[in-house]
Amino acid sequence: MTEPATARVDSLEGDPPLLRVEGLEVEFSTSAGVLRALDGVSFEVRAGETLAILGESGSGKSVTAQAVMALLPQPAGSIVGGRIWYGGRDIAAEPVKQVRKLCATEIAMIFQDPLSSLNPVFRVGDQVAEPFRRRRGMDKRQALGKALELLKRVGIPNAETRIRDYPHQFSGGQRQRIMIAMAIALKPRLLIADEPTTALDVTVQAQIMDLLADLQAETGMGLILISHDLGVVADVAQRAAIMYAGRVVETGSIREIYDHPAHPYPKGLLESIPSEGARGQRLTPISGSPPNLLAVPSGCPFHPRCEFAIDVCRTDVPMLRRPEGWEAGHEAACHRSEEVL
Amino acid sequence: MTAALPPMITTTPIATPTTATQTMQRARRARRGVKIRITVPIIIIGLYVIGAITVPVIYGFDPLRTELVDRLKPPGTTLSNGSIAFLGTDQIGQDLFAQMMMGARVSLAVGASTLIFAGLAGVTVGLLAGHFGGWMDTVLMRIADVQLAFPAILLAILLASVLGQGLTNIIIVLSIANWVVFARVTRSQVLALKNREFVEAGRALGAGHFHLIVRTLLPGCVAPILVVATVEFGHVILAEAALSFLGVGVPIGVPSLGSTIQAGTAYLTSAWWISTLPGIALAGLVLATGVLGDALRDFYDPTLRGA
Amino acid sequence: MADSTPLLKVRNLRVAYPIRSSVLMRHIGDNVAVSDVSFDLHQGETVGLVGESGSGKSTIARTIIGLVKASDGSIEFEGKDIARASWRQLKSIRREMQMVFQDPYASLNPRLTVRDIIAEAWRVHPGVVPRGAWTSEAKALMDRVGLNPDYSDRYPHQFSGGQRQRIGIARALALRPKLIVCDEAVSALDVSVQAQVLNLLEDLQADLDLSYLFISHDLSVIEHLCDRVLVLNRGVVVEQGTVDQLFDNPQDDYTKRLLAAVPVVRPWLEPT
Repeated sequence: MTEPATARVDSLEGDPPLLRVEGLEVEFSTSAGVLRALDGVSFEVRAGETLAILGESGSGKSVTAQAVMALLPQPAGSIVGGRIWYGGRDIAAEPVKQVRKLCATEIAMIFQDPLSSLNPVFRVGDQVAEPFRRRRGMDKRQALGKALELLKRVGIPNAETRIRDYPHQFSGGQRQRIMIAMAIALKPRLLIADEPTTALDVTVQAQIMDLLADLQAETGMGLILISHDLGVVADVAQRAAIMYAGRVVETGSIREIYDHPAHPYPKGLLESIPSEGARGQRLTPISGSPPNLLAVPSGCPFHPRCEFAIDVCRTDVPMLRRPEGWEAGHEAACHRSEEVL
Repeated sequence: MTAALPPMITTTPIATPTTATQTMQRARRARRGVKIRITVPIIIIGLYVIGAITVPVIYGFDPLRTELVDRLKPPGTTLSNGSIAFLGTDQIGQDLFAQMMMGARVSLAVGASTLIFAGLAGVTVGLLAGHFGGWMDTVLMRIADVQLAFPAILLAILLASVLGQGLTNIIIVLSIANWVVFARVTRSQVLALKNREFVEAGRALGAGHFHLIVRTLLPGCVAPILVVATVEFGHVILAEAALSFLGVGVPIGVPSLGSTIQAGTAYLTSAWWISTLPGIALAGLVLATGVLGDALRDFYDPTLRGA
Repeated sequence: MADSTPLLKVRNLRVAYPIRSSVLMRHIGDNVAVSDVSFDLHQGETVGLVGESGSGKSTIARTIIGLVKASDGSIEFEGKDIARASWRQLKSIRREMQMVFQDPYASLNPRLTVRDIIAEAWRVHPGVVPRGAWTSEAKALMDRVGLNPDYSDRYPHQFSGGQRQRIGIARALALRPKLIVCDEAVSALDVSVQAQVLNLLEDLQADLDLSYLFISHDLSVIEHLCDRVLVLNRGVVVEQGTVDQLFDNPQDDYTKRLLAAVPVVRPWLEPT
């Protein structure tokens, strides 16, 4: 395989994004028909920055990560449009094998369920040492030394003895720490965390988020946090992209979005959360259910659930744009941001 | 739809094909062929059934008739009564095709009745053992283990010597030999279902044992039982043929596929068709049930359903 | 509320699973899931059980509903001790207590239509609703929980997660119970849908004078819905009180840690 001749895009800007996704489109063929899981998703992450990708089930947030990592279920899922720029290359156009090779050393990922991501029959030390042996060519002793260092770094108590234990002997939080150790082993430039704390208890959740934030500050890697929980990421992420029905509906600084949402969907989400200080008050949910991706509504996919929908919402797909009066860098895909929000 | 996808399983971020990907690929491949793999065997088995019912009637088959002039005629011979025996005749001058179809009739009947008896017993035992657990489970499953350790052939010989030969006895022997498979499959399915929330929901409603077993657990076991029944159907037919071949099966004068093959072995050098053609017919029938069972398993396997 | 006898009175509840030796199945010890739990629940009240995984909160719920046997202590429903009730009494008590499960996908029998899932309760308890009225009653319940009654012949997989949880609630309502135990009933739902279901639960409580025992790991949901709360840690109640007491002035260290760990949606608004 020869290196594809792609234009270097990062030379054009001063501070090039680590990863830039442009108009990404992903389709899945299922027994019930072809569904469009991603429909024109664009975002970018810079080194040292944390981007939260937020959305409910079926919004496409996990598919986005799978597409970047070339982990789309084959052959059902495929990228049908758009680009994924990384290090001046469009990795969406490259063969899966090559992307996986890149991901092995430069882009790492952690998943929601650490138990099913760890191999139950190998000691955790050997699993954490694996990348050093395979990718760095270290011998077993050296690699285990590195693994121990990492396990200590991610806060496994008594790492010296526990390195010989098997995954089931660790608690859920510790397993996620081990997964993180494996992910950062080769000092990736970008870490994608797909619902890293969803399966964990509240008290552990906060610790894992802190660990991720610390590691990022230390290494300067880019971090993509994928979550359904608007609260969990608020402390750690600087920017957010809110997804709905396979599209990014709002993006900008997380604080701006939460304080002045420019799209009715994030606004509705924020109002749905039972918040303290509102004890005993009635919640204001978004009506209806998330759309079936096999039958996404015409126009703005949110219009059937939107209290502000008018005729144009039913016919025209709104593009991401900065609504007048909102800060630079804050964009929303709504026809009526200015009028109604 | 992301939630419906199988979980990603990777041990490291290192580029190895994920299990999820492999599963999907397997799923695609499996689903593509499943419809064909179900319809073709059903058509084949259907032809056997139609043949078994109609052919002996059309030919006016009489197992006791002997036509010595027409003995051991090769396929395609015109017989003394003017008809053409396109599969030849056997050692007593019977038309082999009619005889095979009569044999298929016996084989299919034995197979079906055995399945009903073994299935009823096995499913009941499996439901009880799985639902109640505890000592009931231990006792019933130990009985099943003992049964598995006891060779069916030995049982058949024993029964044939005590009760004498007969179709009923074969069905009894084969039912005793085969109920365990049903019991085991049903039990494991019940154990898997038992802790599912919707079964607990039934218990929370206050449903009694009978209600839970019959209305909640049993419907959930139908698919795997159907799969096993299909595969077992082939096994039973084969076992019946084996028993008849050994002479402890159907009584003399009842032409099952097995006994026809057995009768032909004496003439293998001079009249190869007497053993070979029923053998091929038997193999075809058993193969069809095997493929059908395998296809049904894929059809009902939720992990092989598309995303 | 406190004037009458409580609807549910739990005293010194202990649930332990026996550990048996692998060979002879001899009893060699106990795995204690819940110990010495006591609380009252009055008509029309919502009591929350909150705790992390392994705290025993689900075990308590399942013991009260009768899915798990208590090792010690008593559970009284309207003054009748469940442990000492006859089979017949127990069946009538069961009618008064229903459960809504966590997983809207797993808790509905995939082979039954919505109508049959709801009617299952009437099949188990004959005499509540005459057979001829099952369909119309099921449709009325569907309407009550915000589902289109025209979909009564559909199967669970044809509904979204939030709609399925509504089916689960309709099933729980079918026997017109006094107490509904909600075991993580909104935890699996998306935020926007979770709010719908929480509102529905509140409406039903107001209309039908229901009582809820609400189990959740999510403190914001507990704070929103409950009147009184029990905080559980490793099978023991570490603190109980009204929502105001507990959230505004927690006493126990574990409660404080738990509250401090709750993610805040707008951390920048918090006083540091």
